[in-house]
Amino acid sequence: MKFTLSWLKEHLDTDASPEQIAATLTAIGLEVEDVTNPAEALRPFKVAKVISAERHPQADKLQVLSVDAGEGPMQIVCGAPNARAGMKGVFGGPGTYVPGPGFTLGNATIRGVDSSGMMCSARELELGEDHDGIIELPADAPVGQSYADYADLDDPVFDVNVLANRPDCMGVHGIARDLAAAGLGTLRRPDSDALPPSEDTPPVDVRIEGEGCTVFWRRAIRGVKNGQSPEWLQRRLKAVGQKPISALVDVTNYFTLDRARPLHVYDLAKLQGDIVVRRGRGEADRFMALNDKEYVPTEEDIVIADDRGAIGLGGVIGGAATGVDESTTDLLVESAWFDPETVARTGQRHNLVTDARMRFERGVDPASTREGVEAPVRMMIAHAGGTASAPAVTDVSPPEGYPYRRNVVAYRPQRLAELAGIDLADEAQRALLERLAIHPTDVARLCEDHADPAAAARHYEAVARKGGWLLHIPSWRPDIEGEADVVEEIARLHGYDKIPSTPLARPFGVARPTATRAQVAERRLRRTAAARGLHEAITWSFVSDAQAAPFGGGAHRLANPISEELKVMRPSLLPGLAAAARRNLDRGQSSVRLFEIGRRYLAEGEKPTATLLLVGEARPRGWAAGKARAFDPYDAKAEAYALLEAAGAPTGNLAIFEGAGADWHPGRSAALGLGPKKILARFGELHPALLKTLDLPEGTVAAEIYLDAIPAPRSKERARVAYAPPALQPVTRDYAFFVPEDLQAAQLERAVAGADKKRIVATRIFDRFEGKDGLSLAIEVTLQPRDKSFTDEELAELSQKIVTAAAAKGAKLRT
Amino acid sequence: MPAPEDLVSLYTAKVAAAPDLAALDAVRVEALGKQGAITQLLKTLGKMDPDTRKVEGPRIQAARQAVADAIEARKAALEHEALEARLASERLDLSLPVEETPLGSVHPVSQVMDELSEIFADMGFAVAEGPEIEDDWHNFEALNIPEAHPARAMQDTFYVDTGEEGAPPVLRTHTSPVQIRTMMREEPPLRIIAPGRVYRSDSDATHTPMFHQVEGLVIDRDIHMGHLKWTLETFLKAFFERDDIVLRLRPSYFPFTEPSAEVDVGWSEQKGRRVVGGSEGWMEVLGSGMVHPKVIANCGLDPDEWQGFAFGCGIDRLAMLKYGMDDLRAFFDGDLRWLKHYGFGMLDTPTLSAGVGA
Repeated sequence: MKFTLSWLKEHLDTDASPEQIAATLTAIGLEVEDVTNPAEALRPFKVAKVISAERHPQADKLQVLSVDAGEGPMQIVCGAPNARAGMKGVFGGPGTYVPGPGFTLGNATIRGVDSSGMMCSARELELGEDHDGIIELPADAPVGQSYADYADLDDPVFDVNVLANRPDCMGVHGIARDLAAAGLGTLRRPDSDALPPSEDTPPVDVRIEGEGCTVFWRRAIRGVKNGQSPEWLQRRLKAVGQKPISALVDVTNYFTLDRARPLHVYDLAKLQGDIVVRRGRGEADRFMALNDKEYVPTEEDIVIADDRGAIGLGGVIGGAATGVDESTTDLLVESAWFDPETVARTGQRHNLVTDARMRFERGVDPASTREGVEAPVRMMIAHAGGTASAPAVTDVSPPEGYPYRRNVVAYRPQRLAELAGIDLADEAQRALLERLAIHPTDVARLCEDHADPAAAARHYEAVARKGGWLLHIPSWRPDIEGEADVVEEIARLHGYDKIPSTPLARPFGVARPTATRAQVAERRLRRTAAARGLHEAITWSFVSDAQAAPFGGGAHRLANPISEELKVMRPSLLPGLAAAARRNLDRGQSSVRLFEIGRRYLAEGEKPTATLLLVGEARPRGWAAGKARAFDPYDAKAEAYALLEAAGAPTGNLAIFEGAGADWHPGRSAALGLGPKKILARFGELHPALLKTLDLPEGTVAAEIYLDAIPAPRSKERARVAYAPPALQPVTRDYAFFVPEDLQAAQLERAVAGADKKRIVATRIFDRFEGKDGLSLAIEVTLQPRDKSFTDEELAELSQKIVTAAAAKGAKLRT
Repeated sequence: MPAPEDLVSLYTAKVAAAPDLAALDAVRVEALGKQGAITQLLKTLGKMDPDTRKVEGPRIQAARQAVADAIEARKAALEHEALEARLASERLDLSLPVEETPLGSVHPVSQVMDELSEIFADMGFAVAEGPEIEDDWHNFEALNIPEAHPARAMQDTFYVDTGEEGAPPVLRTHTSPVQIRTMMREEPPLRIIAPGRVYRSDSDATHTPMFHQVEGLVIDRDIHMGHLKWTLETFLKAFFERDDIVLRLRPSYFPFTEPSAEVDVGWSEQKGRRVVGGSEGWMEVLGSGMVHPKVIANCGLDPDEWQGFAFGCGIDRLAMLKYGMDDLRAFFDGDLRWLKHYGFGMLDTPTLSAGVGA
């Protein structure tokens, strides 16, 4: 919402500076986004007289002017067709910045003729669109005066962000009212002289069918001549970014901005039959709107229609067919009230933002419909002539709706301290409310037009007994519905800066831990990953269809994605990480270690997951280690185990299941779980076909950890199981076995470890060799004696048990 | 028999002349070995009369000792020379690079979330979570944002296509639905923060369709805006690790709070950069207010008994203000160069004793 200082002062009697006004606006909730003064940029431009104008010797379309801007003749070259000796215009000398085209004037030579400055067009000074010629000033304009001063442009423009619940501040008058309430001046009453009485009635009838429009006031004006609106009005509209069109249209636009009272004007000659306010009828109602676009009103939209069909979307935009233009002689002025929700939906449905919509959807003051038509009609007659008819109205009375509801809020003054923390005496609170025209009222008055006055009286009296006030809320404040709203009104006028900072009660002692087990597990996993050389990425939660397809497709698709690339909620974190890895490879990275902790969005829910991707070199080439080593599935395994461990998974109990699934290399991937249905993680090399679609090199490895599958630890006990280090040194023995090709090393290890669970405390595969005699695995076994050292017999017996246990898996001791 | 003193001169000369340890050992055998010259002299002592022995004994012993000492000294010298010679030949170019242990990093958003958890834990706030694919009721209706409300249009909602009738699920446009879920699930009094991903169909230089927010909620019997102000001041002072944090509360409008306040934080210019702290100017950092009575009632609580405040704040923006990134889009690119520069080390865990910044 934009307005100028002079405009505001028409509604507010104040001596406050623009800075004070801006600060107060922000303090009371009308955030000032910008204050600009167009005069600032135009200060150096002067009123100048063209002394002489000669043809340029080298160019037909150029003239050489001698110009006096108060400091003697200056020679300039000018291309404007209207430049001529004797005229007055606006001159900018060398060194002046010209805001329109955005350059600084210098001393130039144009086709061999020196030129020291320029005479400006309206567009060059950002004062309008006109660029057909230079600005022409009246003959009495004083040469040498600053043009900004001469044209009275020294008028700061405020740009205020009006909150969605403040329809009253969508007009300059409402903003002035709020400033006056904040103590910044006195509100001026807009003049409200009645129009002369008339016997004439508007020639068209208006009928309202259905809900959404409750009242439709109108007056006709006959015999107008629709020319340009007066200079002051044009300037005001231009200052806030509106384009002047004609006197009649400018007046309606002016009242929309001035009083937050949207109006509409119809050319009576173009109306066909009477007006009906009704619901849209689809294609039959297709019409061309004033913005030169076609709309097809639906059954949800309120339309204004005549005999031919829709001629406007109620409260949003009018139709081109009945619009006023320079030929208009008779017109109808409408001041109606449309339901905010219906208007908002219509605006959303047709993707149409207009000044009218922005006001109706917030809630136009329902009391403004009748008087809303008077001042505009008076102004139209003043500038376009004609005579007004008597007003006419069509209205319906919905049981609960506007404009007949009397808005009363029960308020207990102690709520100010309870909700806002502000201590303010009742009288002071009451005084602030009075400034907003919120008046305490008495029960009798409230019950006057109530359907059940006795019940109403009982209700209101009960409120009053609790020490509450019954507040009558003015018609322009539909946002004030309850005590909390009243508290906000008092608090914002009193000043939010006076809210006392008050510590929250703090329980005695050291703060208690608050993180859940899952949160702690996630934090540990994240920092472990970082410790192990992985970089945490955050990638989009949405991916493309193509990216989701290899993972079974997305279970959740966006109805309104911003692009095809960000359309489906990801079923896996891999596509996002793969795309990030690809970008890194393209930037020349030779080794990419990325991980992400986030959700997979599956049909059964949002699954917290940690995924990592390793591409390129695990170790770079080096003078000691030789050639670079690429990542392999064992790297992925190492990360998976480390991260599972960090997240509190029972890694010692995990079984390893060959082949992690369709997205993985069948022979170079595995799942880790507490059972085939309790999978905690997958890792290994990704399937070459998947890698092709992900645009990553073959051999890329990854791991996925399913955080919600990790079981909670059995014990929350802090104390550890009792333990004393054994006094005797452990003994190690090595065994080498020929094993069947399909025997997993882990199976051999588990068998060996199980040979004597008491004395075998550790096993480790330390060699693997595939020769012509078959596959050989060598395992180091650590034996821990307890009370006394092992005897040779005991060691022989243990060895025998180990060999037997291994044999059960088909392993033969190498001899 | 040679005089002991002569032998001392003879052998000390030989010891001095021994070029290496082997030659020295040969000298030792010649002088002090079983058949050695000095050993022979010692053997003569037994045959001497006591008086002679009294005189000759010390002489011979002194000679033996002198030669032994000379050998020992020479041995030490030769060993030292040998070590020096070996060491002179043993040289590593230690300027050669060692194998690098790769160092990873924690994303700034995660780091800031950890910082928030730590700060708010001290004030008694737990961390709550909720779904990102939300239903219309939790994301809008319960928060007093009816369907035609202008605030809905303002939020640029992503809708999830279900192919079914009725209000479609949405990607949560804010973390506020977690307020609703918490109030419905738990008994007040409540103190929670809820950090997480949120979505708006908005994409330009300063907006991304996905970003992070943190929600705060306190529900109790006697909570007012003064507590809100204190909580935000305390939080921002702790977060930015500065005592000169100045807040400005401005009346504002959110459908789910009443009264509502937009919160600006003062900034000052340091080294050509705007930093949080001081009050040379104001920047908007969060939205807040007293939870609207309708919202409390929507969660099944009695608004005459329970009241409290809520606030919401962009986490990515907090990270940018504290750690100086200037491009939001880079947060979601996964560029290793950016992550190495702006990311955090594994040990940068925020703690109250060591500080919540890194």
